[in-house]
Amino acid sequence: MTLKQVVNNVAEMPASKKAVVDIKKLSLTFQTADGPVYALSDVDLTIEEGDFVSFIGPSGCGKTTLLRVIADLEQATGGEISINGVTPHEAREKRAYGYVFQAPALLPWRSIERNVTLPLEIMEISKEERVKRAQEALKLVELNGFEKKFPWQLSGGMQQRASIARALSFDADLLLMDEPFGALDEIVRDHLNEQLLKLWARTNKTVAFVTHSIPEAVYLSSKIVVMSPRPGRIIDVIETDFPKDRTLDIRETPEFLEIAHRVREGLRAGHSNDE
Amino acid sequence: MTWTKLDKFCLVAAIAALLALIFPLAGVDGDTGKQVAFVGDIPGLAVAMALCVIAGSAFTWLGVGSVTAGMVILAIAVFGCWQAISVLYDYGVAGYAGPGFWLFILSLWAFVWRGIDVIANFHSLDRTKQHLANFVVPVAFGVWLLFVWEVVVSGFGVPQVLLPPPSMIGERFVNSTDILAADFHQTFVKAVLSGYVMGCGSAFIVAIAVDRVPFLKRGLLPLGNMVSALPIIGVAPIMVMWFGFDWQSKAAVIVIMTFFPMLVNTVTGLNAAGKLEKDLMATYASGYWSTLFRLRLPAAMPFVFNALKINSTLALIGAIVAEFFGTPIVGMGFRISTEVGRMNIDMVWAEIALAALAGTAFYGAVAYIERKATSWHPSFRVRRH
Ligand SMILES: Nc1ncnc2c1ncn2[C@@H]1O[C@H](COP(=O)(O)OP(=O)(O)OP(=O)(O)O)[C@@H](O)[C@H]1O
Ligand SMILES: [Mg+2]
Repeated sequence: MTLKQVVNNVAEMPASKKAVVDIKKLSLTFQTADGPVYALSDVDLTIEEGDFVSFIGPSGCGKTTLLRVIADLEQATGGEISINGVTPHEAREKRAYGYVFQAPALLPWRSIERNVTLPLEIMEISKEERVKRAQEALKLVELNGFEKKFPWQLSGGMQQRASIARALSFDADLLLMDEPFGALDEIVRDHLNEQLLKLWARTNKTVAFVTHSIPEAVYLSSKIVVMSPRPGRIIDVIETDFPKDRTLDIRETPEFLEIAHRVREGLRAGHSNDE
Repeated sequence: MTWTKLDKFCLVAAIAALLALIFPLAGVDGDTGKQVAFVGDIPGLAVAMALCVIAGSAFTWLGVGSVTAGMVILAIAVFGCWQAISVLYDYGVAGYAGPGFWLFILSLWAFVWRGIDVIANFHSLDRTKQHLANFVVPVAFGVWLLFVWEVVVSGFGVPQVLLPPPSMIGERFVNSTDILAADFHQTFVKAVLSGYVMGCGSAFIVAIAVDRVPFLKRGLLPLGNMVSALPIIGVAPIMVMWFGFDWQSKAAVIVIMTFFPMLVNTVTGLNAAGKLEKDLMATYASGYWSTLFRLRLPAAMPFVFNALKINSTLALIGAIVAEFFGTPIVGMGFRISTEVGRMNIDMVWAEIALAALAGTAFYGAVAYIERKATSWHPSFRVRRH
């Protein structure tokens, strides 16, 4: 391991890899009955192929909104954004990403298995293939055996895992995950973190991951984006150099603690700016 | 034992039965000047009344705690009801019932009430037992109401033109099955079913179309409320002029009646899918039809079934009323209007009973399909645990 220089600044990194998400001066203002809500302002960000980017910031700072803009579920009111070199709309039409929402959003009339195969069905993949892929995805989140259950027969955490399996089932190269493990207990969370890391190391997927947990962000990421409260701005981007096959043990290393400290400082600074 | 621990229903039953033994059973016949009947002459009735007194006082102390006890008092009540009917018809008390008789009915009432109450509160994890209890309660209650109707009508000697007793209606029903079957076929099978299917089906398709056109959604729904408020009395004769006397004009009335409830409900249902779910479908770049079939229609199903249930009753009412305005010489509405004219009130009631049976069965069938089709819905889930 070369942990000499764990923390780098973005500017110092050579921009060699392909940019999956390229955001320039992006801003988004919601027009509401109570006047405009400035959700995002002046966001500059590049996510490269194979990056694991965590977004961390206080509640309501625009993390979900940013993810939704990337997913073409929300339209930016200023600035530029491209996904794989095309507009978010085109990227969505090409099914470029799998999205895990903050809530499970399972369809109550479908069994867990049929929920997981929903995207595959829409993409007109054959029945056998659908079942096979659903099995694999459910196994990954340890829900095998629950295929025939209905969402309301599962706990909240299990539902969230099913929704992760659904996003994994069609093997998109870009994963957008909005606090996927927020509802889970520490042990399951650690376990799923490990699984997600393994998947990432194996497949070279690009992941954009929203979280409220500093250790989770540091443990998982190759890049941590710290955001400030409204209007949502990026106040720090921290790169980490942990190897892709890292284990939970790195959480005890000084490098880990150092980065965690820097994230915390960033969050604090963001808060005081606000006041 | 304190006063509050006594079973008051059983107490009422015991006291009423005791008084029934004392007060005269029947009134005085105007011609002979004598009382029509005495309890002492009718051993069956005397036994029933005595049983009520004994069981009533016993259960006043013991309380009716178990289903078995409930069954026992229901059994006594059934025996009592049988004796009461027999007294009315075999001993000529019909039309001359006196205070003793009515006190006896009061006693039976208290027993039945208590018995049904106990069984209605029965909860078991054993599904067959629970189903049986759930079945017994409404049936027992229904039978009791028929019994009360029977004894009140014949006990007071209510003229048959005003209200025939259920036994007479039943007899008429059984003896005119061929007429009833023909009427049922004409009104229900031909008019109701076809009108219902056409009305609901076309409204469903129009709703999907309307949903795609925003201005129709805004403009059509208020109009729909207006049309659904149209009185069928006014529409039916016009439909008869347009579509002739046969079932087609009735089906047309039903189409008008059922169209807008279905339209409004389906349009509402199509908007029932949550924003999150729609976003989810958008992330899969799901097209209009794919989203319609995979998300919006399933989410709309509870609303659609709501309309189907409302319409199942509306359709039958519509068909019967529409037949008052001209029809070939068959049909439930036709029969009701002509038999009323001939003072054959029992036949009218037989048709009403048929309509009630058909309507209940129709509604029940729709509700059953709903339960199967939307078993995922929170209102049905609870029982499946
Ligand atoms: N559709 C909308 N209309 C108006 N305002 C909105 C809308 N969506 C989000 N906002 C506002 O934008 C801001 C950012 O919201 P967002 O959901 O992105 O926050 P978040 O960082 O994901 O918060 P959390 O961590 O609590 O999930 C909030 O202040 C919110 O009130
Ligand atoms: Mg959020």
